[in-house]
Amino acid sequence: MNILRKKSAANLPFSETAIELFIRLCGISSIIFVFGIFFFVFREGAGFLFNGLDLGQFLTSVEWQPTSLNNKRYGAFALIVGTFSVTILAMCIAVPFGLGAAIFVSEFCSPKLRETFKIIIELLAAIPSVVWGFIGLTLMNQLIIAVFNAPIGLTMLNGSIMLALMSVPIIVSIAEDALKAVPDSYREAAEALGATRWQVVYRVLLPAAKNGLLAAVLLGAARSIGETMAVLMATGHSVNIPSGPLSWIRTLTATIAAELGEVARGDEHYQVLFIIGILLFTITFVVNLIADLVIKGIRQDS
Amino acid sequence: MPINGRIGYIITGLLAVFVCCCVMNGCSPKDDASIAKTEIAQFTIKNKGSDTMVNLAQAWAERYTDVSTTTSVEVSGGGSGTGVAALINGTVDIANCSRQIKPKELELATQNTGKAPQEFIVGYDALAVYVHQDTPIDKITITQLAEIYGENGTITKWSDLGISHSDCPSDKIIRISRQSNSGTYFYFREALLGTSRDFRIGSLDLHGSKDVVEVVGRTPCAIGYSGMGYATSHVKMLEVAADSDSPYYPPNLKNVLAKTYPIARPLYMYSLGEPIGEVKIYLDWILSAEGQKIVEKLGFVPLESKSE
Repeated sequence: MNILRKKSAANLPFSETAIELFIRLCGISSIIFVFGIFFFVFREGAGFLFNGLDLGQFLTSVEWQPTSLNNKRYGAFALIVGTFSVTILAMCIAVPFGLGAAIFVSEFCSPKLRETFKIIIELLAAIPSVVWGFIGLTLMNQLIIAVFNAPIGLTMLNGSIMLALMSVPIIVSIAEDALKAVPDSYREAAEALGATRWQVVYRVLLPAAKNGLLAAVLLGAARSIGETMAVLMATGHSVNIPSGPLSWIRTLTATIAAELGEVARGDEHYQVLFIIGILLFTITFVVNLIADLVIKGIRQDS
Repeated sequence: MPINGRIGYIITGLLAVFVCCCVMNGCSPKDDASIAKTEIAQFTIKNKGSDTMVNLAQAWAERYTDVSTTTSVEVSGGGSGTGVAALINGTVDIANCSRQIKPKELELATQNTGKAPQEFIVGYDALAVYVHQDTPIDKITITQLAEIYGENGTITKWSDLGISHSDCPSDKIIRISRQSNSGTYFYFREALLGTSRDFRIGSLDLHGSKDVVEVVGRTPCAIGYSGMGYATSHVKMLEVAADSDSPYYPPNLKNVLAKTYPIARPLYMYSLGEPIGEVKIYLDWILSAEGQKIVEKLGFVPLESKSE
């Protein structure tokens, strides 16, 4: 096989060899980029991470005072809690809607409606996050004030709704693929046994596609954790341990976005923002890794 | 799975959004008139920095197109820190700054570009303390503000200020602040707390002067600070006194010029080195009576000598 390929490669015209080389480079480049980015982020933050930063304080203190003149404190606990709480609440909203929509699109809907649906859901994915942020800042803000009688609508709930709307398209398209991957023979067998359509979905399809559905949820969550602009605008951007959905919060990503523009390069504050970057990288890496392993699980099953 | 078809839809969607944006932009050419007129101009002055000053800088730039047909000015915001950073990198001609440049920044700029930034005071800004229009309060002292905003402050409720705020059932004061790279943030902190005390965490740190006023205008429990030029009909500007023994002054032209209003500050523009050519002509025009008239029109305070 190898010899055959080599032989044909030798006979190929130059242009084709060049194209092959180019494509190969493209493939390798994405790996280089990922490692390059990780290396860069790590290098910028490493100096302070290993030498000077009180890691215990960083992970457990809520005191985020990076611009203090004589008592700088870098406690990111409130930011970590903010990121996780807004993501979890977003998933509580997005998962039922996303999975519900996926089940509807894949099992209940007519082929024509399905195509329209998919186009619209993909349009939802194409809306830039700053636009979501703007909707959160204006429309959703007033809606939350009116509905919950809250003093201010820029809250965790607001950010979560925006994040949910942004991750629903991801969840729908991956979950739908997972449901489609369940062989039709399963459906036919279940129906032959007299199961209703809902019983087919609930008892047969969901268990069969569970890995793919879990991966859909995790990728949606990874999207939420990494999102910046919408949460910066919609959550109130306040260093605060939330006491409920109507509390305002600040996330790790929003902190980097809001503060990196100002800091002097190489400054402690600059390095701490990169350490936050490392933390984010680690969180999304773990979530993506779990999602990947879960997807691998499906492949082995089928 | 028709992946091709799917990508096609996404591309179509993106295109549609892109076209919409273009059309929408085309409908509001006033927003970036200064940029639109670049075509006729041969020289472009790049001007960046303070969000407090961005409307003012934009107004100057727009007006300047009537004065000079060969020079246009490109304005962007982002915060005083952002402007100075750009100056240090040598990517702008003029940096707008609502605080004085720090010695470290001055040194960096000189080191990086070989030219020392030159300072021009182009006007004054009074920071107004804003509350919702229905808040039953008219006056506040700097001492009280320090207890509201400062770390370990003793005032967290409206009743602590001695007022009963019927529109704010929780009675909690919602502190609206700015993100920490804003010159406004630094100035307000220094004016209230000096250099030894920090702001208490848990305030809503908004991203622009206008946002602060807008949010305060929609939130009865809120208190916020922002440039005096940003006032709307939904908010109230409080009279401010240095402490409870001092007289209260409302933020207005007269009090700022007389230096009786306690939280007013100069607005700066920095050029790289002694300004020459087009940049010098532009700065001279800003400092002239005509340029200063625009300062007043936008709710800032013009320079004393020129406003007479």
